[in-house]
Amino acid sequence: MDKNQQQLINQFPILKQKINKFPLVYLDNAATTQKPQVVIDALVDYYTNFNSNIHRGVHKLSQKATEAHEQARITVKDFIKASSSKEIVFTKGTTDSINLLAFSLGESMLKENDEIIVTELEHHSNIVPWQMLCERKNVKLKVIPVNDEGELLLDEYANLLNERTKIVAVGHVSNALGTINPIQEIIDLAHQYKALVLIDGAQAIAHIPVNVQELDCDFYAFSGHKMYAPMGIGVLYGKKHLLEQIQPYQGGGEMIESVTFEKTTYNELPFKFEAGTPNVEGVLGLEAAIHFLLKEDLNQLSKFESEVLNYATEQLNKISRVKIIGNAAKKASVLSFLIDGIHPYDAGTILDQLGIAVRTGNHCAEPIMNRLGIRGTIRASFAAYNTKEEVDRLVAAIHKTIDMFG
Amino acid sequence: MAIGEKEQEIIQEFLLFEDWMDKYNYLIELGQSIPIIEDKYRNESHLINGCQSRVWISAEMIDGKMILKADSDAVITKGIVYLLIRVLSGENPNDILNAELAFLNQIGLQEHLSPTRANGLTSMIKQIKLYALAFQTKEN
Repeated sequence: MDKNQQQLINQFPILKQKINKFPLVYLDNAATTQKPQVVIDALVDYYTNFNSNIHRGVHKLSQKATEAHEQARITVKDFIKASSSKEIVFTKGTTDSINLLAFSLGESMLKENDEIIVTELEHHSNIVPWQMLCERKNVKLKVIPVNDEGELLLDEYANLLNERTKIVAVGHVSNALGTINPIQEIIDLAHQYKALVLIDGAQAIAHIPVNVQELDCDFYAFSGHKMYAPMGIGVLYGKKHLLEQIQPYQGGGEMIESVTFEKTTYNELPFKFEAGTPNVEGVLGLEAAIHFLLKEDLNQLSKFESEVLNYATEQLNKISRVKIIGNAAKKASVLSFLIDGIHPYDAGTILDQLGIAVRTGNHCAEPIMNRLGIRGTIRASFAAYNTKEEVDRLVAAIHKTIDMFG
Repeated sequence: MAIGEKEQEIIQEFLLFEDWMDKYNYLIELGQSIPIIEDKYRNESHLINGCQSRVWISAEMIDGKMILKADSDAVITKGIVYLLIRVLSGENPNDILNAELAFLNQIGLQEHLSPTRANGLTSMIKQIKLYALAFQTKEN
């Protein structure tokens, strides 16, 4: 194993444990990644040394916590190359980000007979909030189809676009199949029709360097917990002039400028979207995770991952009863597969007994499962700490599973 | 045999297995003897919600006893449903409603019991008890 990768693995205390007497092989990173010690330490440091409610506090602790919270916002801004920290809205996660956007955009900018485009590959959280908006506003939802390999059909997309298209919401990387979508083309084409584009970056942010200005996407959403940060923290990036135009999602403290019973005026960006006491520990954990990614070098981490993904693809293709689901030319960190004659649930149960954590089922992406005519898959999803040796363990476990079920 | 006795019998059987693989192999084998649900019941209304695998369970009353039949497209799930049916089928609705089914813990299948667990064992038990409640209400 690469010495650098061993040094990386050592930073994740949870990976040292055994499951059912086997060393844990954690291949459920598309659901959530594990956390390095520096992220865990950031949370402990916050509660040990400067826990306090932020903004408005005159006392030292509150000032320190506020500064740290706002410094973290700058770290996020720099990480995704946004132009201003006002464009960084902290949320609970990608789902929360998309719900915020679907509500606020819907209320502010959409009218009857407008159209929203999503793709057949999307996670439910990039479908359902838009469907809810469609019902509220009598707006139409259109869907970009995929080919059998799980790649978006861009010609079909071009046909769906028209002057009624107001929003295009697309995942950067498919959580179910690992397809890396051609988001640059999608964004550019949408902009020809003056449609706004949201990229759901939940599955990309820990694997692909993101530059929102270069992409020119209007919104980009991601979760901390899929990029080595804590759960319950996420980000909605939005272009400043757009965030300024749309109304807040939730009302409460923090998000107001002044409140009287006659009229309330809203706080400036990004605070008008951050009602209530924020998740300060989550924000600080997210910042620690970003520092971790920068220190370890995201490009280097992606290299580890693609080597492992390619190796796993090669090895699983050698097992005659295994069929890989999703063979896009460009994939990141997700390997979905089926074993002929064995239900994914049965396989997942046996893999778990052998200390291998995978996910089975439809991966919150029923439409793509329906499109491919399957009910679900077994999904191994990789992070930078996964190794070829672990892939060998997976392969051996698949053979054992096949032996058991015959 | 009463529900409790049948549970004890299963606990004894599973005591024989120290190795998890033997236990799962036994479960797989048991699944093969499940009383298969009749085709007319193999439909949406007999499908158990909350399962990653598809599970159908039917219930009929014959001479005051509830007769359960089932099927699943996953083999391990089928073994688990078999155990439920072995313990509960042929009992009266009242006893089924009161069954605590502690044997599932004792044979080391507790990991399947959490409410969100993908095989939906909790949902299966709930459905069987709903059938029992419906029959009991009808009888009264």
